[in-house]
Amino acid sequence: MTLWTTVLLASGLAFALKLVGYVVPHQTLDHPVISRVTAMLPVALLSALVAVQTFTGSGGVLTLDARAAGVAVAVTALLLRAPFLVVVILASVTAAALRAFGWG
Amino acid sequence: MPMSEPPLGGQRRKEVLRQSLSVGVATGAYAISFGALSVAAGLDLWQTIALSALLFSGASQFAIVGVITAGGSGAAAAAVATSTLLGIRNGLYGLQMSRLLEVSGLRRFAAAQLTIDESTAVGVAQPERSAQRLGFWATGLAVFAMWNLLTILGAVVGNALGDPKRFGLDAAAPAAFCGLLWPRLKAGDARAVAAVAAVIALVVAPHAPAGIPVLVAALAAIVAGLLPPRHRGQVDNGRG
Repeated sequence: MTLWTTVLLASGLAFALKLVGYVVPHQTLDHPVISRVTAMLPVALLSALVAVQTFTGSGGVLTLDARAAGVAVAVTALLLRAPFLVVVILASVTAAALRAFGWG
Repeated sequence: MPMSEPPLGGQRRKEVLRQSLSVGVATGAYAISFGALSVAAGLDLWQTIALSALLFSGASQFAIVGVITAGGSGAAAAAVATSTLLGIRNGLYGLQMSRLLEVSGLRRFAAAQLTIDESTAVGVAQPERSAQRLGFWATGLAVFAMWNLLTILGAVVGNALGDPKRFGLDAAAPAAFCGLLWPRLKAGDARAVAAVAAVIALVVAPHAPAGIPVLVAALAAIVAGLLPPRHRGQVDNGRG
């Protein structure tokens, strides 16, 4: 798949999903199993993404580097109820600072 | 026929618009990191712009870029799959918002494109129907404008910056995912699913191509969701 195919395919599917809620009768989608699965899907995906993007290096090898510190700071900031943007900036600054001092 | 509802007072209108604008600015700001990470992953400026304008869903966009960074264009299918699975929640938002907006015809397409975490959150949070509509549209448009403008800035600057790791941008993406995950962790079930998913992903990662570990973890969520609640605890223990 070329990059453009990837971009356009992902975009088309994303839009189709957004549109579903506006064109499909609600009764079709108001099913308890669908609700349970769709409630847990983003949780699993986001959590797995955090894990993989924090702790894996090339080839999927488990790695500990400045990203982990950045994410730890992000979690701390979230516990302290910092706004979203502050959380993201603190994580970046932490990782950048550690790397500037030669670690990670 | 739409219910007639009282128009919003000037004070409330200003409150909603202020909230929409601040959400738009805050959300747009981390588009800079998306733009920079995207060009670092090998997408060109136009592909990066296209993702923000057409796909327009932060988590999916970061997921695509993250998977391609790890696996190259060979991981494209996994990138699309992850992006699409993440996009399912926008469909659920659409279900919620379509009831509140009562749009028809072409406006449904505009509403759909703007249906994301932030526009839905601001819309649904308002007590009055007219404030819900104003909140949704204003937030959606504000985020769309800021997100796209700052994506371009990030992509252009990113090309000049070189390695995004110097600026810790590779920590920005998982941090953003943490932020999106956080409000969803309130239920005990969700925390268990999150923990199991993370472990599954890390166990699978050294043995599978990029993007696959996350999809395997998602499979676990689907299985957990399909099981009737009283069985869920048993299977989670079995899988370890």
